[in-house]
Amino acid sequence: MEITSTLFTAKAIYVGAIFAVTLGVATYSTYFERIVAAFMQDRVGPDRAGPFGIFQPLADAVKMFMKEDFIPAQSDKWLFIAGPCLSMLTALMTSAVVPFGDTLDLGNGLMLDLQGIDVNIGILWVFGIVSLGVYGVLIGGWASNNKFALIGAIRAASQNISYELAMGLSIIAILMLSGSLSTKNIVEVQQNGHWNILYQPLGFVIFIVCAFAECNRTPFDLPECETELIGGYHTEYSSMKLGFYLFSEYINMFISGAVMATLYFGGYDYPGHDFIVGKFGNNIAVLLGVGAVIGKALVFVFIFMWVRWTIPRFRYDQLMGLGWTGLIPLAMFNVVLTGAVMLFTVNEGGSNWITVAGSWAGVAIMLVFMAFYSQAQYKKKKLATA
Amino acid sequence: MKLSNKTKVLEQGEMTFAERIYLPAIVGGMGTTLKHFFSKKVTIRYPEEKRYLGPVFRGHHILKRDEEGAERCTACGLCAVACPAEAISMVADERKKGEEHLYREEKYASVYEVNMLRCIFCGLCEEACPKQAIYLQHDKMVPVFEDRSQVIYGKDKLVEKMDNRYLREGWK
Repeated sequence: MEITSTLFTAKAIYVGAIFAVTLGVATYSTYFERIVAAFMQDRVGPDRAGPFGIFQPLADAVKMFMKEDFIPAQSDKWLFIAGPCLSMLTALMTSAVVPFGDTLDLGNGLMLDLQGIDVNIGILWVFGIVSLGVYGVLIGGWASNNKFALIGAIRAASQNISYELAMGLSIIAILMLSGSLSTKNIVEVQQNGHWNILYQPLGFVIFIVCAFAECNRTPFDLPECETELIGGYHTEYSSMKLGFYLFSEYINMFISGAVMATLYFGGYDYPGHDFIVGKFGNNIAVLLGVGAVIGKALVFVFIFMWVRWTIPRFRYDQLMGLGWTGLIPLAMFNVVLTGAVMLFTVNEGGSNWITVAGSWAGVAIMLVFMAFYSQAQYKKKKLATA
Repeated sequence: MKLSNKTKVLEQGEMTFAERIYLPAIVGGMGTTLKHFFSKKVTIRYPEEKRYLGPVFRGHHILKRDEEGAERCTACGLCAVACPAEAISMVADERKKGEEHLYREEKYASVYEVNMLRCIFCGLCEEACPKQAIYLQHDKMVPVFEDRSQVIYGKDKLVEKMDNRYLREGWK
């Protein structure tokens, strides 16, 4: 009884810490978003609140809370309130299965798994929750009783559904490689530098593009496209309800970065792990691993911002065309390619470099083939018009 | 109808394969933004960092003294006449014996006031002055005022301090 309660306390502290880290990162993402935007436009960004403007998120939060919390008269009041809550809830739930670290030895034979919960269908949990996330947007947009909000919500829903297909297909290749749906197992297979990115270059590109779409980030931020839809699904929102929507977007960014680190970049694996274990002991190495996951996730958050301030948004038909006619066939090809490479290297006795070479060669051959094919199509079309 | 031979018919061909998969262009664009990320920022953080506005900027008024420290102004009133905003007013007085080191000529302005709310910083007073007494400084702005009682600047604020003389670019 004593042991379980200690373990329970430790787990509770871990969950609280992850919760705090997630919220803290999301808070400071709003600040870094503005800083990154400013730097890329040769400006300096917010620098008034505190040194380098580091208290800017506080000021923003105070502003958000102080504003009038407005609910439109003709709106569905309860759904209007439920929308942002649902968005926030689903955004925070995803981190439960992300393994932020290996097992920590607390002494007295107590082993703390640095993961919220190791369910054996971990990656399906992520997918399920991410799919639920669109309900927050949809309910909010519907309850606003505003056509722009509704259009934004519909766009969000159809976009998320479309890109979940390609995302799921790109995951299948990962599942084939690791043979497990558990995020913990997926990470363990990748230890000692066998990161999935080496075996899944195409799968990663598909996944990151889909992640942009799932997070409603530029270039796929059509649900909140100002030029067409005023504010999209959060047109009618103000005060902290709007804050919740924006906040959940940043949480989603961080979590999808963590998921990408888990699936493709070895999770808590980092170079020099064995050296650290030998020199400073296992616990230090595990804690550094936690830092590695969060660092990788933050790199992805930066990439999200970098892309946002580089390219304009897609047109809606381009978005749908890319999703259905571009990414889904590519993801299917990726599954076939992964299967083929696994089949051909099954007799090599786990010689990884051949697998890596095979994966990259497959992608290169596909690109060359597609280039020739499109060239041929172009010539045919030219002959037809001439 | 073709008016000139300058028009160019734009031949917009089919997108190439590299253009159609977007990624090369996106990577190129990201390279551009990353270059700007590390480039020098053009922002001037205003209250801490002030930009040089040039030798012709018209800022805070100053009533010059001559080399001996005597006020140049003779209260002729030409600046007040020239002023389109009627911001300048003055009271003339006669120089007493023993005040030669204070005022350059026999007549001087005992009161000289500029209403900074009226002033439009046109510089016409500067041009009108026959004694080179009034100038608009190129390197000093009139500070922000918080109350109407602060807007009228008397001689205490306008007359040049001998320990901090005003020198414009090109003057000796």
